[in-house]
Amino acid sequence: MNSFTSRLNSLFAFTLSVMAALTFGCFLTTVFNDNLRPVELSVGKVSVKNVPDYSADRDKSDLGFITFDLFTDLSPIFNWNVKQLFLYLTAEYETKDHTLNQVVLWDKIIERGDNTILDLRKANTKYYFWDYGNGLKGNQNVTLTLSWNVIPNAGTLPKVRGFGSHKIVFPEQYTAGRF
Amino acid sequence: MGALDFLDDVRRMNKRQLYYQVLNFGMIVSSALMIWKGLMVVTGSESPIVVVLSGSMEPAFHRGDLLLLTNYKEEPIRVGEIVVFKIEGRDIPIVHRVLKVHEKVDGKIKFLTKGDNNSVDDRGLYAKGQLWLEKKDVVGRAKAYLPYAGIVTILMNDYPKFKYAILAFLGIFVLTHRE
Repeated sequence: MNSFTSRLNSLFAFTLSVMAALTFGCFLTTVFNDNLRPVELSVGKVSVKNVPDYSADRDKSDLGFITFDLFTDLSPIFNWNVKQLFLYLTAEYETKDHTLNQVVLWDKIIERGDNTILDLRKANTKYYFWDYGNGLKGNQNVTLTLSWNVIPNAGTLPKVRGFGSHKIVFPEQYTAGRF
Repeated sequence: MGALDFLDDVRRMNKRQLYYQVLNFGMIVSSALMIWKGLMVVTGSESPIVVVLSGSMEPAFHRGDLLLLTNYKEEPIRVGEIVVFKIEGRDIPIVHRVLKVHEKVDGKIKFLTKGDNNSVDDRGLYAKGQLWLEKKDVVGRAKAYLPYAGIVTILMNDYPKFKYAILAFLGIFVLTHRE
């Protein structure tokens, strides 16, 4: 029972169980964090056009354009069990056909060591704001929020909506021609 | 002493011991199956644990990382969530993030996904003519993450000979090893 392979085997098994226990402990220390932070959001220019959506069914759909300002400090979220934050800016609204629409307009990955203070002015969206149909024109209640998905070194993947939102009011008229 | 030691072991066993070893082997296989099926019941997902097979979600998930999934019917699918879905005509499920959600009054949902590391959304990956995913396509939603734990699966997929070697070795070990 004292052969080289049996010693190697027990060493490997012991290393594995110690690492498993440490990982689990690391997960336990951070699992109850709420990861909530305040976010300041506002929008600049808002307009809407009605053009064929060639990325989808080619029907004429509403396409919104916004620029946004964003300020938030996410440094307190980072602890020893946070590898990365995935931030995403969501527009949420209701239309005649759909009770709930959620469209991600912008996203950003913040890795450990990156700058955690975000201060964006007049930023453009990263993705097109296509509605499924014609529900953006004159829509008075489009809520803009910033959320993040916390990616740990090991553990759960909480999805947190930042504290603070902004309501976008779309104009009653389509913008003609180019933006 | 040598590689054929185990044959000696088998020769020295009597019938009773041989049966015991075979039963023991069956016990291991069936408990693994029971744990897997039990997890399926608890999580509601047809595949409660998946190994990340591609780099499309980097830097959050790398090849060989392990994800724990749930798929509760009453839990709605929302933007920012990491879902695992199947596409018709493709065997391997895909792990990507939800980018857009449109939900009708009756709860019918259409959503679009994108990999964090990809520059475009997944419409090019879907079946021909498919623009949206629906609830029936979802295998599960990622709830917890464990790095590296599935690396053996990746090795076995990449090198099939390694897989057979491991299976043969484990089989022989379990059948011949006497406690």
